[in-house]
Amino acid sequence: MEVQQFYYDNKIVKNFLYATLFWGIIGMLVGLLLALMFLFPNITDGISFLSFGRLRPLHTNAVIFAFVGNAIFAGVYYSTQRLLKARMFSDFLSKFNFWGWQAIIVAAAITLPLGYSTSKEYAELEWPIDIAIALVWVAFGWNLIGTMVKRRQRHLYVAIWFYLATFVTVAVLHIFNSLELPVSALKSYSVYAGVQDALVQWWYGHNAVAFFLTTPFLGLMYYFVPKAANRPVYSYRLSIVHFWSLIFIYIWAGPHHLLYSALPDWAQNLGVAFSVMLIAPSWGGMINGLLTLRGAWDKVRTDPTLKFMVVAITGYGMATFEGPMLSLKNVNAIAHFSDWIIAHVHVGALAWNGFLAFGMIYWMVPKMFKTRLHSIPMANFHFWIGTLGIILYALPMYVAGFTQALMWKDFNPDGSLVYGNFLETVNEIMPMYWMRAIGGSLYIVGFIVMLYNIVVTVRSGSKVEDELAEAAALTRVSKKRTAGETYHTWLERKPIKLTIFATIAILIGGIVQIVPTILVKSNIPTITSVKPYSPLELEGRDLYIREGCVGCHSQMIRPFRSEVERYGEYAKAGEFVYDHPFLWGSKRTGPDLLRIGGKYSDSWHLNHMYDPQSTSSGSIMPAYQWLVRNEHDRSNIQGKMEAMVSLGVPYTEEEIANAEASMEEQSIQIEENLYADPDFVKTYEADKKFAAENGLDFVEMRDREIVSLIAYLQRLGTDIKVKETDELLSENK
Amino acid sequence: MEGIATYPMISLLIFFVFFAILFWWVFTASKEHIKEVSEIPLEDNQPKQ
Repeated sequence: MEVQQFYYDNKIVKNFLYATLFWGIIGMLVGLLLALMFLFPNITDGISFLSFGRLRPLHTNAVIFAFVGNAIFAGVYYSTQRLLKARMFSDFLSKFNFWGWQAIIVAAAITLPLGYSTSKEYAELEWPIDIAIALVWVAFGWNLIGTMVKRRQRHLYVAIWFYLATFVTVAVLHIFNSLELPVSALKSYSVYAGVQDALVQWWYGHNAVAFFLTTPFLGLMYYFVPKAANRPVYSYRLSIVHFWSLIFIYIWAGPHHLLYSALPDWAQNLGVAFSVMLIAPSWGGMINGLLTLRGAWDKVRTDPTLKFMVVAITGYGMATFEGPMLSLKNVNAIAHFSDWIIAHVHVGALAWNGFLAFGMIYWMVPKMFKTRLHSIPMANFHFWIGTLGIILYALPMYVAGFTQALMWKDFNPDGSLVYGNFLETVNEIMPMYWMRAIGGSLYIVGFIVMLYNIVVTVRSGSKVEDELAEAAALTRVSKKRTAGETYHTWLERKPIKLTIFATIAILIGGIVQIVPTILVKSNIPTITSVKPYSPLELEGRDLYIREGCVGCHSQMIRPFRSEVERYGEYAKAGEFVYDHPFLWGSKRTGPDLLRIGGKYSDSWHLNHMYDPQSTSSGSIMPAYQWLVRNEHDRSNIQGKMEAMVSLGVPYTEEEIANAEASMEEQSIQIEENLYADPDFVKTYEADKKFAAENGLDFVEMRDREIVSLIAYLQRLGTDIKVKETDELLSENK
Repeated sequence: MEGIATYPMISLLIFFVFFAILFWWVFTASKEHIKEVSEIPLEDNQPKQ
């Protein structure tokens, strides 16, 4: 067998590493800005592209796809070539993967602050970018599988299976969750509505965690921890078992984001059961990672890479125990919508993803630049300050979560709420928000120290060259060689079949949960009084989506006495049938809005949007003054209504033709209602007079964005009126 | 929709059979093979078959 010489592509790894560091600091700084906005809600007032609702998805997308995404590619490209003893299949695909991904990130950084958002968490990017993501992702997979086909190492090491499962599953999740009907160049509506949209969204959302934040990192763990410790993985058998069980079970966990919501009970219960089962395969990974260090613990004392990896894997174990606990309905009843969830997310993100990425960076950079790390004491400092940062982030958030949730549920003996004003519960946890901002800052300080350390290391090293390697080509497998081979060993040398089997494994959970929810009508009992939004309300809803209101406000009242007392009748599945996309939300930084309709006057809403603290003392909501001033472009209303009709919303042709007139009528009514407030009349009339006298353009109130938003808010939750009669309103058939 | 309960039953069967076979394989794999594949990341460009 003749030994072939070839070169590992190190340049692509270097590019992805630089991108990881670059976007990491940016994504985290946006996070810090958000944390500061809790404390100083008015710091970016007036600047729409720096408002909280629009920046929150920028932070989540940047840290997940830009920071973690580039780290994944860096680690996968490095390890795959060496595990398969082959250069990446195609240099063109490598470059396309890299530049395409960065272009997508830049597109996100521009569109999200401008309000172009689908509102679906971690899938906010609008449809043209979704298409770009699909293309770049296919290029990645093609490159990966192509490399597997031309490999010189017959056996596919466990890390490779994790990378394959990542590729396949993310592709499926992205495609199905991003099914949306475009209405204009940067606007689309989800093909799913209400309960079904919620289920598909959280099938996607939870599995973005599973297959973007977990499986690729488990693969990286299986490569970089043995490399850094110079010991083989603790139990290869365990890695096989936990790989298959992880990818099969994880998919079903999505409904744990929808417990006590209007999602049918059977789906919620499946989510609970599978989430609890998930402890086993997740901890299999943790055990394998930690016990690989058996006999090498003394190295952890001196090697920063191993320190980061130990905390990363430990954090993974913590988060994957906490997650299943949070999936128990009784625990979830307390945690959902509170800061406990934020704490949970950041333990996983900062410890597992962040620290594993840092450990990988500290190990790879000196190797690739053929030099030593500039300063081990600095790396150790990064480790300690980062760990402290994680603790100071998570612990205050736990306390904030419990405190606020328990306050929400507190009753007086006479049956009234102890904390009837939502703001009392916000005020109580402000000190925790301070501590969280400090914790996050410490984490960022550590990152900056790493940046400096790495930059100096790079400068002192040699230019990154592709690495020369030698290996024999694979020869044909003879009958003699396969004697005694078992089925799995056979499968491990067949990358295509492995891919197909992994695909089948991950499809099962999705099909079992999603298909019946769509096909079985009784899952969403029809409520006859629920009607589609009026044209003006539809436009208002799009403003709610644009401003990212869903980031702080939920629209899902759970069937608890405390919620019904505070917000009104609990949510019914049939209320959301025309909601493309759904807007149930995941966090209550502010109160639930499902039944806000009719609770406050139109004037209250105008004042509240213009200056939240004026109507709600102590509110941490930022001001939305541009909504009150700007003219609203409603010119595409008919296009929007027609798109809705394609998606099953029963607007009649007459209603579509009549849209302009309907909007005019409804907006004039709201403008008249606003005149009930004498302060408004004074300033509005003065503005009008000033504009007329100075020959300036003046936008009538009825044509402004705020009026559409008010129309939408006043409609919310008013379709059902609970009357105590014996009449049968809906039934499961 | 009649007979919808057969779908979860089928999926349970698939799940059970798959994992039963998987566990059987894992417990019967040869120690030598396991050692060999565990060490793949630690090799340095040795010619491999």
